[in-house]
Amino acid sequence: MKTKNRDQSLSDSRELDGSYDQLTDSIEDDFELSTVCHRPESMDKLQDQTKFTKKELQVLYRGFKNCGCSLLCLCFVPQECPSGVVNEENFKTIYSQFFPQGDSSMYAHFLFEAFDTDKNGSVSFEDFVFGLSIILRGTINDRLNWAFNLYDLNKDGCITKEEMLDIMKSIYDMMGKCTYPNMQDEAPREHVENFFQKMDRNKDGVVTIEEFIESCQKDENIMQSMQLFDNVI
Amino acid sequence: MAGVSAWLPFARAAAIGWMPVANGPMPVAPRDHSKRKDELIVLNVSGRRFQTWRTTLDRYPDSLLGSSEKEFFFNEETKEYFFDRDPDSFRSILNFYRTGKLHYPRYECISAYDEELAFFGIIPEIIGDCCYEEYKDRKRENAERLQDDQEENKDLKLPNMTARETMWRAFENPHTSTMALVFYYVTGFFIAISVLTNVVETVPCGTSTHQKEVPCGERFTVAFFCMDTACVMIFTVEYLMRLFAAPSRYHFMRSVMSIIDVVAILPYYIGLVMTDNEDVSGAFVTLRVFRVFRIFKFSRHSQGLRILGYTLKSCASELGFLLFSLTMAIIIFATVMFYAEKGSSSTKFTSIPASFWYTIVTMTTLGYGDMVPKTIAGKIFGSICSLSGVLVIALPVPVIVSNFSRIYHQNQRADKRRAQKVQKARLARIRIAKTGSTNAFLQSKRSGLLDELLELTGTEADEQKLSKSVSLLESQHYHLLYCLEKTTAHEFVDEQAFEQNNLETALQSYTSPSPSPSSSHGESTSTCCGCRARRKNTALPEPEPGPSPGSQSPFRPHHPQRGPLQELSAIHIQCVDPASHKTSRSSLNQKAEDGGRVNCRRGQVTTAIISLQAPPALTPEGDGLHGAPHQRRPPPPPIPPQAPPSIQTMSSSHIVKVSAL
Repeated sequence: MKTKNRDQSLSDSRELDGSYDQLTDSIEDDFELSTVCHRPESMDKLQDQTKFTKKELQVLYRGFKNCGCSLLCLCFVPQECPSGVVNEENFKTIYSQFFPQGDSSMYAHFLFEAFDTDKNGSVSFEDFVFGLSIILRGTINDRLNWAFNLYDLNKDGCITKEEMLDIMKSIYDMMGKCTYPNMQDEAPREHVENFFQKMDRNKDGVVTIEEFIESCQKDENIMQSMQLFDNVI
Repeated sequence: MAGVSAWLPFARAAAIGWMPVANGPMPVAPRDHSKRKDELIVLNVSGRRFQTWRTTLDRYPDSLLGSSEKEFFFNEETKEYFFDRDPDSFRSILNFYRTGKLHYPRYECISAYDEELAFFGIIPEIIGDCCYEEYKDRKRENAERLQDDQEENKDLKLPNMTARETMWRAFENPHTSTMALVFYYVTGFFIAISVLTNVVETVPCGTSTHQKEVPCGERFTVAFFCMDTACVMIFTVEYLMRLFAAPSRYHFMRSVMSIIDVVAILPYYIGLVMTDNEDVSGAFVTLRVFRVFRIFKFSRHSQGLRILGYTLKSCASELGFLLFSLTMAIIIFATVMFYAEKGSSSTKFTSIPASFWYTIVTMTTLGYGDMVPKTIAGKIFGSICSLSGVLVIALPVPVIVSNFSRIYHQNQRADKRRAQKVQKARLARIRIAKTGSTNAFLQSKRSGLLDELLELTGTEADEQKLSKSVSLLESQHYHLLYCLEKTTAHEFVDEQAFEQNNLETALQSYTSPSPSPSSSHGESTSTCCGCRARRKNTALPEPEPGPSPGSQSPFRPHHPQRGPLQELSAIHIQCVDPASHKTSRSSLNQKAEDGGRVNCRRGQVTTAIISLQAPPALTPEGDGLHGAPHQRRPPPPPIPPQAPPSIQTMSSSHIVKVSAL
């Protein structure tokens, strides 16, 4: 990866300039940080590692690189837009464009955690494409695995009721308050109870990956809806 | 949705988190019939060719280039889109699609730019913050210039003006008629005379019998009194005439000029009624001072004076700061000088307030010399005082000067008030554009378009027609929202419906069931296609004897003749706001009939809070809609032959409550 470490590039520029002005240091720092850019791996490599075709990668990258800039005018929120990576704020802004009525920030946060596999606080194009490749081009098992990974907030291999409740609340938050029928406060909790009843085979209060996959495979609604992702792109 | 269409696949992929928790099946996804790969399209603008990806243009489906409107400009022979517009301006428009930011090029004429934006369907409020100030300034200048032109035309006499209006016009614009000009000059002359009289009154002229110089005022009392009376009479008459002619007397009385007028003539009348009492003669003298305010009446005659007055008013904060800093410095130095000079004998610095005078005179570099420090310390501090005086005064003054020049050049419009309004209007318009996307989803949901797309039955022609009405991107977005609804088993509704629902649940506890076989005949308030006007809270009319003849109003709903007794407490008939339809350009591009038909054919009823056994049938047409009240998929009825193509505008969605009594 040709990622330049931020500090590395800073020190490089200082050596080159020779003019390191203490007084205006802070301004130069900001200037430096904003020009650090991240270039993804070559398309061939990505093509090997994911299941997308060249054309699809092209379309995805063009959209990705344009990440936040077009949104800033609409939102009037001054945000950084470092090209090449998406940080959590941008992620949330982008996702909220699709759900104007509710609050999608929590769900976007969970999504961000799921996409950011190397836990560096930003989603690079590789992370993005790997995630999408699993969801859109993976087998049903792959998809279920990914979904399990999304639900398992602390990545310990099992979903507790609290984790599921957080996820459920974030989904219900996306609906907003203007719904029919009126949104009750216990709706997420009830839904979680339903879920655990269906998924938790041995009734130990957590859902492990095996229980999850097994229960999903038995449920034909879920199987059918997983096939929705076949022709998203 | 505008700029993020590229991220739609990601958003749809992210829906994987909902699938395992959903309790029911998900709706079927819309299919991409076009099978169009992303292609380069060529835009030929007056000979200059621009090329871009199709998806770039699709980012903003509300504009000309992003919608199917550009097909009107497609040239079959050259396979490119030809626009007969300015290629220079087109650059910034195309950059808007590419980067999402609209910039205003400084060399461009503001009205030409506005026209280009209007042609391509882009609202100027989207202009990025980097260029927005410039844009607004130029626009304001232009507007002012136009306004100036208009004001010149205003002087033309309109026919049928009442005497009062004529008089007011004469007062405000003296050059409109000869009489007005005469009046203008006469009043000016008398103001000058009055001021001169006041001045000359105090000049000593000649001696009186007491061998003492007396001012002319006391020597020629009668003459001066007559002069004063004449001037005041003229002023009074003028004021009363203005008061009579003013279109809004209250505003006139509050205006600065009229207050000056009043202050100018009041002392005379007060002097008339006051007796020659020893106590009040002192006050009487003070009152005469106010006569000098007559000089301010000149500001009606001089534009420059008015500008000066306005500048001072608008520089109030800088002036206040100047005053404050001066006061601080004066107090400090006066104290210092007092204590420094305390020691010396026969000093003039008897107290701190007495030293104020010295400080002011020194700081403003006047230096009268009536108070001079004698001690060495006093002289040192005195010199520091004079040096700092120059600085303290010199610093705020350029600010005031620059203010004055700015205002002078802009001719003192009320900038700030207008800017606030414009900013609010700008935000409001962008907010409306954004909420358009929400409304578009709800609207298409109601009109059942979603169902149409999801219904796999239907002929090819039908599918093609429907795919024209809503772009693929939009249909995918709506499908996403629909999946969320299914996951959470709740539906999106708009604000007003939500309020109504809340109201309804409160009301439901109060309505009593009625035994009469009231049927649920409601008047649909579909607003498009020229349907019948709305009526809120109508009582149920008589049941119709049969299917209404289609000629009168083909969209009036009616009920089945047979059927058991139906009790109902209330029905909500929500009609969709067709104004929101306007926000999606693609729907505008289809023929009006299609839009009308699609809108009105689908049931306008989506939610119905009905507590009865056999649900009523409510359809906009002759077909009976049997089944559950929440049914959103009416069987496709035949296209009505007469569908008035007009789409009427309504501002908000309408809710008709029909209650059984």
